[in-house]
Amino acid sequence: MTGADNARAEFLKPAPLRTAVAVEMIDVNKWFGSFHVLRNIHLKVMGGERIVICGPSGSGKSTLIRCINGLEEHQRGRIIVDGVELTGDVKKIEEIRRDVGMVFQQFNLFPHLTVLENLTLAPIWVRRMPRRRAEEIARHYLQRVKIPEQADKYPAQLSGGQQQRVAIARALCMNPKIMLFDEPTSALDPEMVKEVLDVMIELARDGMTMIVVSHEMGFARQVADRMVFMDEGQIIEVNTPEAFFSNPQHERTRLFLSQILH
Amino acid sequence: MPSPQTPFVALIPIPPAPPPHGERGVFGWLRANLFCGPLNIALTLVCVLLILLAVPPMIKFLLLDAVWSGSDRNACLARPERPVVGACWAFVAERINFFVYGFYPIEERWRVDLFFAALAFGIGWLTWLDAPRRGLGMLYFFAVLPVISFVLLYGAPRLGLPIVETAKWGGILVTVVVAAVGIVVALPIGILLALGRRSSMPAVRLLSVIYIEFVRGVPLITVLFMASVMLPLFLPEVWSPDKLLRALIGVAMFSAAYLAEVVRAGLQATPRGQYEAAVALGLGYWKTMYLVILPQALKITIPNLVNSAIGLFKDTTLVFVVGIFDLLKTVEASRIDPKWATPVTSLTGYAFVGLFYFVGCYVMSRYARYVEARLARGEQR
Repeated sequence: MTGADNARAEFLKPAPLRTAVAVEMIDVNKWFGSFHVLRNIHLKVMGGERIVICGPSGSGKSTLIRCINGLEEHQRGRIIVDGVELTGDVKKIEEIRRDVGMVFQQFNLFPHLTVLENLTLAPIWVRRMPRRRAEEIARHYLQRVKIPEQADKYPAQLSGGQQQRVAIARALCMNPKIMLFDEPTSALDPEMVKEVLDVMIELARDGMTMIVVSHEMGFARQVADRMVFMDEGQIIEVNTPEAFFSNPQHERTRLFLSQILH
Repeated sequence: MPSPQTPFVALIPIPPAPPPHGERGVFGWLRANLFCGPLNIALTLVCVLLILLAVPPMIKFLLLDAVWSGSDRNACLARPERPVVGACWAFVAERINFFVYGFYPIEERWRVDLFFAALAFGIGWLTWLDAPRRGLGMLYFFAVLPVISFVLLYGAPRLGLPIVETAKWGGILVTVVVAAVGIVVALPIGILLALGRRSSMPAVRLLSVIYIEFVRGVPLITVLFMASVMLPLFLPEVWSPDKLLRALIGVAMFSAAYLAEVVRAGLQATPRGQYEAAVALGLGYWKTMYLVILPQALKITIPNLVNSAIGLFKDTTLVFVVGIFDLLKTVEASRIDPKWATPVTSLTGYAFVGLFYFVGCYVMSRYARYVEARLARGEQR
């Protein structure tokens, strides 16, 4: 057994889901004012599945995953996350958010807190975990994203790639059942993309249910169980990565792929 | 002459050289800042002239010709051997205790000193940005200090501190109490109002907006009159709060509305992503505000909060219109005392008040500048 295997064996496994279906979206519709941003979205994500959502900007892919943890409110249809339906009920939304981690394009680390404090904030205040235990878990995840030595720095002292890895670790500290990634590498300098993707790939190997909005097609090929292509608020095509890349069915998909894979 | 297409490789490293002569040192600075161009030269000369006109007479009056000791008006009267008399500091020296404590009983004045010390300690803790346990400092300043201050100043017979009616308070004590209440009580209310104004609940938002806009649309003096004249009409006789308390309520209400707007600016400057990241972790609204948003928003708000504090500090003089003995009022009462009636007494009294307010405001203003500079350096903590 190599050192890396040992390290991986140590990782905490994703928390088990209550239901076989992690996320179910049934006929979801949403408008921003009069702009119809999500149109009749049907999507079922099984536990342990990795979904990569792509599409041109403004196609509603970010809005779609932001609906899953209630950062955006949908106006029609149903969203059920691990057996809990998202309604206007704040308690339900907070329950879902506790179990659904999210990583943002702009990292959104808390600049007034150290890396370690960023990681322990939610476990202490939401999960009511003793500080000592929370810090132990936080250091474990920092190890996992390969920046254990940065625990006492402030986010502004880190590079973009390091910040995004801290953001991933922060989400993992809540021991989530599902992870949402909203263009996690789009704000990074090119040379830092790989270090973030590597962490995500390891997370996928551990069996985490992941919904990723990304244009990183290499990453998608490597980890996705299914590709979702969106355009103008609609899901245009859902397919396995092999079929999606080698034999796209919809004309719009072909056009999109020809534009990004040059 | 090589053409632009010629390949080029640097062979010798160029060592750093000092800048050309005349751009360094005192003369360089003078030339660059005070005497560059005719307009600048003219402005410099006008400023020098103004300083020459204003400063020497001031120094002459306040320091050189000043009378430093004496026990009554005779010390500060012009005599043949001393035809010009400057500031009569002897008057201030004799009355200083009255200016600081008002009619507070002499044997109890140590309580006021202790209050000043407790307040200074709290201010020091909060304004020193690298101080340890600043969260605890907040708790001390906004929760513990008001209680200690009340017990100390008003008294608690059970603790062996005889009650001192607020009618006996006066001078700097009252000025400081009014200013401190205007910040300590008003800031939490202001934060709640600011949050209310940004709330997603229309009723809360409307109430906050009405309160803020109404109070901001009314002069402080009106609020003070309202608090001292109208408040008793609304409340039953037994509750009728004392005069100082009514004024304090008025000042706190007034400054809360202003602080609310200052805090709102800070909240708006905090990126939306911070809020989203916090709630996405499962933090509720209040925890998000308390742990994530307010620490950042208040920090960038410090310079503006201090500016508001400066304004409020000076506005405290207005409480004299509702018959409260603040510093200015104690000076007003003393300057007409026949024992000290001289041509320079009033001037000296006002100069003293002016100095007191100037020093207070200047210190606050410097602090605001320091924080601003620190924030501008991109301090992320």
